[in-house]
Amino acid sequence: MHKIDFDISIENLSKIEGHADLDVSVKDGKVKDIKLRITENKRFYTQAVRGKQASLVHQIVSRICGTCSVAHLTGCIETVEKIYEIKPSEQTLALRNLSLYGLNIRDHAMHLYLFCLPDIFGKDSVLEFEDSGREHELLHKAFDVKSAGNKLGTVVGGRSVHAPYPTIGGFTKLPKQEELKALTPELKKVREDALEFVEIFYNCNFEFIDPDPEYTALKNDDFGYLGDVMCSTRKYCIPEEEFLKYLTKKVIPYSQAEGFKFEERSYLVGALARMNLNKESLHPDTKKSAKKYLSTFPSDNIFHNNLAQAIEIVNCIDRSIEIIDKLELKEEKRPGLKLGKKREDVGVIEAPRGTLYYHLKVNDEAKIEYANLVIPTAQNQVDMEKNIGGLVQKRLDEGKTKEEIRKEIEMIVRAYDPCMSCATHFLKINWI
Amino acid sequence: MSKKLVIGWFTFTCCEDSTILFVELMNENYFKWKEQIEFKHCKMLKSKNEMGQFDVAFVEGAISTDEDKKELEKIRGLSKYLVAIGSCACSGYPSAQRNDFDEKTKKEILPVLKNYNLWENVLSLDKIVKVDDNVPGCPMTTKKFMEVLDKYLKLFEVV
Repeated sequence: MHKIDFDISIENLSKIEGHADLDVSVKDGKVKDIKLRITENKRFYTQAVRGKQASLVHQIVSRICGTCSVAHLTGCIETVEKIYEIKPSEQTLALRNLSLYGLNIRDHAMHLYLFCLPDIFGKDSVLEFEDSGREHELLHKAFDVKSAGNKLGTVVGGRSVHAPYPTIGGFTKLPKQEELKALTPELKKVREDALEFVEIFYNCNFEFIDPDPEYTALKNDDFGYLGDVMCSTRKYCIPEEEFLKYLTKKVIPYSQAEGFKFEERSYLVGALARMNLNKESLHPDTKKSAKKYLSTFPSDNIFHNNLAQAIEIVNCIDRSIEIIDKLELKEEKRPGLKLGKKREDVGVIEAPRGTLYYHLKVNDEAKIEYANLVIPTAQNQVDMEKNIGGLVQKRLDEGKTKEEIRKEIEMIVRAYDPCMSCATHFLKINWI
Repeated sequence: MSKKLVIGWFTFTCCEDSTILFVELMNENYFKWKEQIEFKHCKMLKSKNEMGQFDVAFVEGAISTDEDKKELEKIRGLSKYLVAIGSCACSGYPSAQRNDFDEKTKKEILPVLKNYNLWENVLSLDKIVKVDDNVPGCPMTTKKFMEVLDKYLKLFEVV
């Protein structure tokens, strides 16, 4: 083994959401330190919401992130509803699921087809794809899938980014029945495209096996993004009533940890976790079409996060088609907002990149007194740094060059699909 | 080869909602834009980005550090025109929401500001450089964006 010293510093990681740098330090052929520095500037939303009306604060927190705004919106709304002890109607839940499916189609498609696909074709960017032939065709399909997700989000929420219609207890404006139905032919068309991309990500041989990870995700019957039970691969299940305790005792301390000093097993959230834990709950049509690909899971290959997302797009399409087919929209009176005894609760949803926790406390006037969020990317940060270290060490031992290693680091960071605009809102105080 | 509009797309302190919308506008416009636009600097799409002469720089986000101010000034120096994209770039808000925090909250966040070299006040782009066009909105108003883009495509005789 060559005893070498070098540093790799990647500034402004590209083809990810938000700003981050990565520093790798190697001494005597051994990885000494990995630091993922989120250079996204903080915007202090957990302070900004204090004193704001609980019934309106979801529109503020939506602005935490441009790509997963609907996840923040929904997570916040769910938490406020729990505090008000409001149970959303079946119709509201159906529409909420549609908006989350639209979000995941759009967001996963952007990540997979624009950020990751160039790596599979050995190119820096989709801009370098051929102007005709297979690459050109694939790009058309990529935009078609994104467009279907974008339209679904727009019809249901009013806009796919910072949707104005979702609110506490329902929607301020319902979509028109015809507009919803009109989405179905497009969803059916892009289903074929989405499956073609699943095949591409399945055939991709990028590999890094996470040594002994643990996965956690919300478990539910429809492989959706809402749920009441948190499960892990160690087979423990946390019911909703225990979320606050779980958050403060396990999730937050874990995310604060220094990568190489952390004693317990690292854990991972996101599509790979969801697929490893819950694939039986995929839509029957998805399970049928993706049978070959589903045998990959459970998997500890980080790059299978991409394959999992690709399959999730198909599930989102199938679930959406089914909901739209059955849904008969009617005007509903939204529940009144009257505070009972509760002043605090935790809402949990699956955002595209993993489990998102909203912890809110209100005062007697229903104004926010305290807010804390735990972001999927922040929970994955420990695992990410650990695995980047593992990957670099492996490639060093194989004799790869600094340039080759640098390229692979970027690919593995991309496989985690980190969201820096979100992650900067979690104050990790250890890594100065 | 026909003339292309040379652009850079940059983001500072923001949630990148307008950048995400720009990427969604590509669903309908990408192939047309590829003929008309050279994406000289666009971190969302490529790793090999150039800081060179831009016909138009599109800048999203507000400015909250010395480093970002320097970067913005550099972009301005390299660009014939600069367009502020989205509410944070045009007005500072909502990224500038902490400018209006009460004294108690400002005191609470001060150690964080110091640690990350963040300014006490977040500024819109026009407080630092000359801005030629504004596309306000949170996220940016796509109709206005398309009008502004069209204006520059015509100005540079691409269309």
